[in-house]
Amino acid sequence: MTDKALPETEPTHGGGTHLAPRRYFLFALPALLLMAAVIISPWLFTLVMSVMEFKVGGAINFVGLGNFTKLASDSRFLESVGRTFWFTVLAVVFPIGLGTAAAVVFHRQFPFRGLLRTIFIMPMMATPVAVALVWTMMFHPQLGVLNYLLSLIGLPPFAWVYDPNTVIITLVLVEVWHWTPLVMLIVLGGMAALPTDPYDSATIDGASDWQMFRFITLPLILPYIMVAVVIRTIDALKVFDTIFVITQGGPGTASETLNIFLYLQAFQFYNLGYASAVVMVFFVIIVALSLLLLYMRQRLKWNAA
Amino acid sequence: MSNRIKSGGIWRNIGFGLSVFALVSPAILVFLWMISLSLKNELDNTAYPPVFIPNPPTFANYIEVFEKNNFLLYFWNSLLVTGGAVLIGLLVGVPAGYGIARSKAYRTAVMILIARMTPALSYLIPLFLLFQIVGLIGSIWALLITHLVITVPIIVWVMIGYFEGIPQELEDAAYVDGATLWQSFRYIALPLARPGMMVGAILAFIFSWNNFVFSVVLGGKNSRTLPSAVYNSLTFEQISWGPLAAAALLVTLPVILMTIAAQREIVAGLSAGGLKD
Repeated sequence: MTDKALPETEPTHGGGTHLAPRRYFLFALPALLLMAAVIISPWLFTLVMSVMEFKVGGAINFVGLGNFTKLASDSRFLESVGRTFWFTVLAVVFPIGLGTAAAVVFHRQFPFRGLLRTIFIMPMMATPVAVALVWTMMFHPQLGVLNYLLSLIGLPPFAWVYDPNTVIITLVLVEVWHWTPLVMLIVLGGMAALPTDPYDSATIDGASDWQMFRFITLPLILPYIMVAVVIRTIDALKVFDTIFVITQGGPGTASETLNIFLYLQAFQFYNLGYASAVVMVFFVIIVALSLLLLYMRQRLKWNAA
Repeated sequence: MSNRIKSGGIWRNIGFGLSVFALVSPAILVFLWMISLSLKNELDNTAYPPVFIPNPPTFANYIEVFEKNNFLLYFWNSLLVTGGAVLIGLLVGVPAGYGIARSKAYRTAVMILIARMTPALSYLIPLFLLFQIVGLIGSIWALLITHLVITVPIIVWVMIGYFEGIPQELEDAAYVDGATLWQSFRYIALPLARPGMMVGAILAFIFSWNNFVFSVVLGGKNSRTLPSAVYNSLTFEQISWGPLAAAALLVTLPVILMTIAAQREIVAGLSAGGLKD
């Protein structure tokens, strides 16, 4: 990331022509215009739409904050928000724990490390829809391979995505499978920069592996873990592909997260005004959470320094 | 510290080996099961207890995918959309990375991060209406344009990091010799940043290829990309497990092969910024 920027004032080199930043900015212009066209103008449009009542094929009416007050009392929406938070907590905590552990493992040298690391990061690269289809087949209550494997170790069959009580945890499992590798890569990147001397002196002092991890490694890689937490939170909040393919929000609405609710409102029921209001709320939640996490990261970093 | 634990006893090594095994086995299991399903006939696929090793393996599922499902059309669509979006992404993203890195306009970079944060569905509502008005719904162009939302931020982000690593002094020397800004970019910075372009292009390709929701909303019957085409064949034709697994495998095969071929670049690119999507 860019937080360790170069010193602001560089010494002027003999005859060095430090061009005005303005001219460098021209290089960024095409990309900025393009992003403005594809991202920012849709946002503005969505903002306008969020105060309108507009169903595809129907008339457009200005309703002020009507969509938002309606959202505030829409229990299906409120439940989807709660569900999204619950899903997000689980889909952040588990990958962070496992991913950090995996980084510790892959930081060491061992035979076939490169090959095994490639296998380990494959889930992250695989097309989520394709993998979700395979998971769907594996979750099948009677014919699925997972319940067979459970029966091999003497466990009763599990309902996986077919029971409102277990569907969220099952979808979290898929998410953990997909994204633990990303956490591992980010933390591994941080571990590459670890100094060696603290470990040498700790070894002399007879510290155990766990103590070295807890008191030397962990504080040093904490900033990277926080980056991973931020990224994971953002991604978990907006997860769509896996849930949509595996359950479409079901059974009933038991796995309907914010993004699924948004999709259904916009492209199933074509309530585009209402859906735009959902986008606004969604956006506020994401930005607020990210800022909170970035703030925490800043605090942690200062404490560690 | 990497060699620190060499002195450990045999039990420690066994424990370590087991933890490596535990880490990679979920990935191996899912992919092997995918392959197994795709190589078995329907009888074996729905047998209980499950048949693990196809005996004998059959390619009938793959043949069915190609014969029944217009697979090649959707493959071509995916290639056009992702290829086009990556090329345009490089065209605008590489200079942008250079401009932002050199002018230290990190506020602009934050804007790109915000693009990464917002759920894709949020731009899809207006884009859906817009494409409908201009009559692009159901055309490849609508998808290609939308996929720029994925490729441009990834490439810009990776390139900022790369250009920051190229010392300004090299370019200063060129200015002394009378080079213009464009020349110093074109002949000094750009060739040095080629590995970065590779990383950016690979990551952008993978995440654009994998994208599902854009095509679900904006894709027409003939302009869909692979992920949504496979999903649709599932819902509308009650397709059986074997061909479905074969199709799923074919969809993800290009990115899996790319991951294997370019794993070093991918690791470098992702551990630096952790950017995706």
